[in-house]
Amino acid sequence: MTADKRMTADEAVARLADGMTIGIGGWGSRRKPMALVRAVLRAGLTDLTVVSYGGPDVGLLAAAGRIRKLVTAFVSLDSIPLEPHFRAARQRGGLELVELDEAMVMWGLTAAAHRLPFLPVRAGIGSDVMTAGPDLRTVVSPYEDGEELVAVPALSLDAALVHLNRADARGNAQYLGPDPYFDDLFCEAAKEAYVSCERLVTSEEFADEGGPQTLLVQRHCVTGVVEAPGGAHFTSCAPDYDRDEAFQAAYARAAADPAAWREFVARFLSGDEDEYRAAVAATHGRDAS
Amino acid sequence: MNASRAEICVVACAEVWRGDGEILASPMGTVPTIGARLARLTFAPELLLTDGEAMLIADVPALGRPARVIEGWLPFRRHLALVTGGRRHVMMGASQLDRYGNQNISRIGDARRPDRQLLGVRGAPVNSLNHPVSYWIPRHSPRVLVERVDMVCGVGHDRAAAAGPAATRFHGLRRVVTDLAVLDFETPDRTLRVRSLHPGVTAEEVRAATGFPLDVPADVPRTRPPTAAELRLIREVLDPDGLRDREVRP
Repeated sequence: MTADKRMTADEAVARLADGMTIGIGGWGSRRKPMALVRAVLRAGLTDLTVVSYGGPDVGLLAAAGRIRKLVTAFVSLDSIPLEPHFRAARQRGGLELVELDEAMVMWGLTAAAHRLPFLPVRAGIGSDVMTAGPDLRTVVSPYEDGEELVAVPALSLDAALVHLNRADARGNAQYLGPDPYFDDLFCEAAKEAYVSCERLVTSEEFADEGGPQTLLVQRHCVTGVVEAPGGAHFTSCAPDYDRDEAFQAAYARAAADPAAWREFVARFLSGDEDEYRAAVAATHGRDAS
Repeated sequence: MNASRAEICVVACAEVWRGDGEILASPMGTVPTIGARLARLTFAPELLLTDGEAMLIADVPALGRPARVIEGWLPFRRHLALVTGGRRHVMMGASQLDRYGNQNISRIGDARRPDRQLLGVRGAPVNSLNHPVSYWIPRHSPRVLVERVDMVCGVGHDRAAAAGPAATRFHGLRRVVTDLAVLDFETPDRTLRVRSLHPGVTAEEVRAATGFPLDVPADVPRTRPPTAAELRLIREVLDPDGLRDREVRP
């Protein structure tokens, strides 16, 4: 019998520590492990290095001052191109930014997953990512071409946080949407990975949901499994639900005014996940009436 | 039929993919998206197009409508791999662009504490070193076409040349389409020049809207207007809701 890795979001986050390097799955405002991010906020974790294809995960952590260093290629809410909380944090000098190209982030995570110190890429040379953050170094091909390439350093993570559609108690996890993003890579690049899911299923049930290629994350990489229905809210989690555009718009608007943001935090981010869901449901009920 | 400025721009954007063959056309923005779809429906039927997410689409829907036929799967991981294989021509936006084609979409101002934090470099560094790149600038102004960009995301000709063969090997800047003109880099020092002026635009207007001295050849042609068939496709098939007018004012 393999270990039962079920735990709550708060139990998962209790295993993390200040100053860690945390990778966050998803992409922009798509399938972000928001319930786990909200647990990070509640737990008071700070001084974090965050690696992410950034969305509101970065925005929330940046607004709360929890990020010391951000490694990313972009931060966006997709339907709202610029993430206002991230922008505000940057414009007050509130976090250090290491900008890598989208492909460099992928190869940096791949290098970490393969326990390599770096991977060579044809990207970055000639651009200012070479000097944005710690200077990137280059390697020269040992073959006849002798080409100079960028050595993307391994992006090794202390922990990864990802959200998928289904998972079993042992840590196998399944995505059912159009894009896996890089969630498997984040888990493989991390010492410990925490997977939240829309619905916990038995291993037998995976086959009813999708083909074997939908089984993205394997249990040998996973430390904890959290059942978190609505755990990607307000980002999208296709096919279970779309992005909550109205809520995202309210989140973005609140960035413009400190009083409005304090009210948003008091209303949505001061309680636990159940209270969050109740507050969101109340908002929708009110909008509908 | 008189074409609007947005419709002139759609055709100018479509033209950047002419002759590219069986590669992925990646338009960023409304007008380039209509342009890529127009190219696919007319003179470049081999082009591959995505639905803006993870699917390659076999039919050509109107903007905002779903495709009916999926012909392939291109999630981000495969997209990033495709980029380095070179079978792609992207048309990116630019918050700033200089005369050598260095592009900035990351930030305005200082790296530690920018005046305006923008999107981030996204895929601009890898795109510009690996496959053809064009740019779309819906509002030609001296704030966008600048003497010097605050952060080089997409690599221009001077920076690529200085960085050496690894940067120049597959580097290829094609065209810059703006709401006033089509520009290219077909000059001895690989700096921008006006390739054609849109109908109704003068050389003086373009020079005044550009933040660096700009070569406008004396015999510069006019950007070609859409044909009647192209206009019908734009208006009735590809953009019946007129979203193009939100990006380029009529």
